[in-house]
Amino acid sequence: MVVGERKPFEEILKTLEGHKKILALGCGGCVTVCLTGGDEAVRVLSSQLRMSREKEGKPLEIIEKTIERQCDPEYVEQIHDVVPDVEAVLSLACGAGVQYVAERYAKTPVYPALDTTFVGGSVKEGYYVERCQTCGQCKLAYTGGICPIARCSKSLLNGPCGGSTGGKCEISPEVDCAWQLIVDRLKNLGQMDRYEELADIADWSKNRDGGPRKMIREDFQR
Amino acid sequence: MSGDVKTDSRLEKILRSGQFAVTGECGPPRGADPDVIREKCKLLKGKADAFNITDNQTSVVRMSSIASSVVMMQEGMEPVMQMVCRDRNRIAIQSDILGGAALGIKNMLCLSGDHQKFGDHPQAKNVFDLDSMQLLQTVRRMRDDGKFLSGEDIKKPPKLFVGAAENPFADPFEIRVPRLAKKVKAGAEFIQTQCIFNMKKFREWMKGVVDRGLHEKVFILGGVTPFKSFGMARYMAKNVPGMDVPDELLARMKDTPKEKQAEEGIKIAVEIIQELREIKGIAGVHIMAIEWEEKVGEIAEKAGLLPRPSV
Repeated sequence: MVVGERKPFEEILKTLEGHKKILALGCGGCVTVCLTGGDEAVRVLSSQLRMSREKEGKPLEIIEKTIERQCDPEYVEQIHDVVPDVEAVLSLACGAGVQYVAERYAKTPVYPALDTTFVGGSVKEGYYVERCQTCGQCKLAYTGGICPIARCSKSLLNGPCGGSTGGKCEISPEVDCAWQLIVDRLKNLGQMDRYEELADIADWSKNRDGGPRKMIREDFQR
Repeated sequence: MSGDVKTDSRLEKILRSGQFAVTGECGPPRGADPDVIREKCKLLKGKADAFNITDNQTSVVRMSSIASSVVMMQEGMEPVMQMVCRDRNRIAIQSDILGGAALGIKNMLCLSGDHQKFGDHPQAKNVFDLDSMQLLQTVRRMRDDGKFLSGEDIKKPPKLFVGAAENPFADPFEIRVPRLAKKVKAGAEFIQTQCIFNMKKFREWMKGVVDRGLHEKVFILGGVTPFKSFGMARYMAKNVPGMDVPDELLARMKDTPKEKQAEEGIKIAVEIIQELREIKGIAGVHIMAIEWEEKVGEIAEKAGLLPRPSV
């Protein structure tokens, strides 16, 4: 899933300065799963904002709503009756969701309430970790199912650097060395011979470096 | 491996002629004053065969390795231009290789580079378009095949003697010999190791290297760093990732009176060099006297490595 983290409250307040009535829009997709963008998150953030603005003597009226997914124009249509009544939309979606809402409403400012942080998964409730960098050329077959691009701090493709110590990365004892994990797993799989193969120089044109990407299923285009 | 010399590098000639090589290190200044390098050069000249010029080491901005290498050459010394993958993509890397060679640089050391988190610009975007092995492949392809990574011809290929680093003390230990094998396969002609303090572990690694015959494919220079003080030894032991300082060496520094610690540090370095010279497969030493350049000559002298041969 796409993980997003709520922006600092002060930053959100600042983006809403001058507005008197907004729509706080939640997303029922990934960010609901990671607890930062669903119904509950909308409710909590809205009441914090109301209280804070009330205290400043500049009350803010907030309409609360959560749609199935903000990254889908069909669902974005569901806010069509509300948008004309508000001055701005505060989106609690990932960066994709924010942009879909903005694209739909040319004259209504749309502000992000989250920082989109990574593609990953949960360790347990409320604890999420990065697993994928969406490089566009999956290498997991060669690295024991553990991604060195997302999980090695230097995205090294040919093994650990000289800073791997006791299974941890040189940048922090809190970070696992991806290559220690890869080597342990290749050993378990009896695939250590793969370690000595030199990894091809990556084609980053499939990554964001090649420009914005598209995925088109031709059989659906009619 | 003795065989044909492929470049005009003095370091290469010494290694291929079977003589025990000595390299040193010179860190560029955090400013635009070339005289800082010239001063260091005065201390280092004649004390080793070639000198690494670091490339923004520990991710702290300094004068560029290429420019500093040129200043060193003006002083009549041979630099080893270090290049890290952290700050350049393949376009900049190949361009800098051509530029360095055009300016007369003869040696290059290929490194991944410390993570920017350690430096003075932790907010920087890192590159790592290539890793150190792929950098080795790139420069060898440029030199030997006269081709860019794109496959296009290079009009005048850069003639650089190509090296890499290896840390026998980092984890996982069991891939440290295979990792060297990979660097050799990628094109490393010489290797400078991480600072050696744990001789037992180093011997174990070297045994693995020799068992696989890698010492016959690449020149291995053992890394040696003198402790300036007990404080420095403790810092290296506790704070530098991938550094292995055994407790007995720490105790030896600690038990030495403060005013004699520098002398003791040098003594330890000389002992390590003497031990290294006896190990099968060691072709030289790389003396890294960090911001203590004036001691390189003394260490080399006491280890019986001076005068350096003329080639």
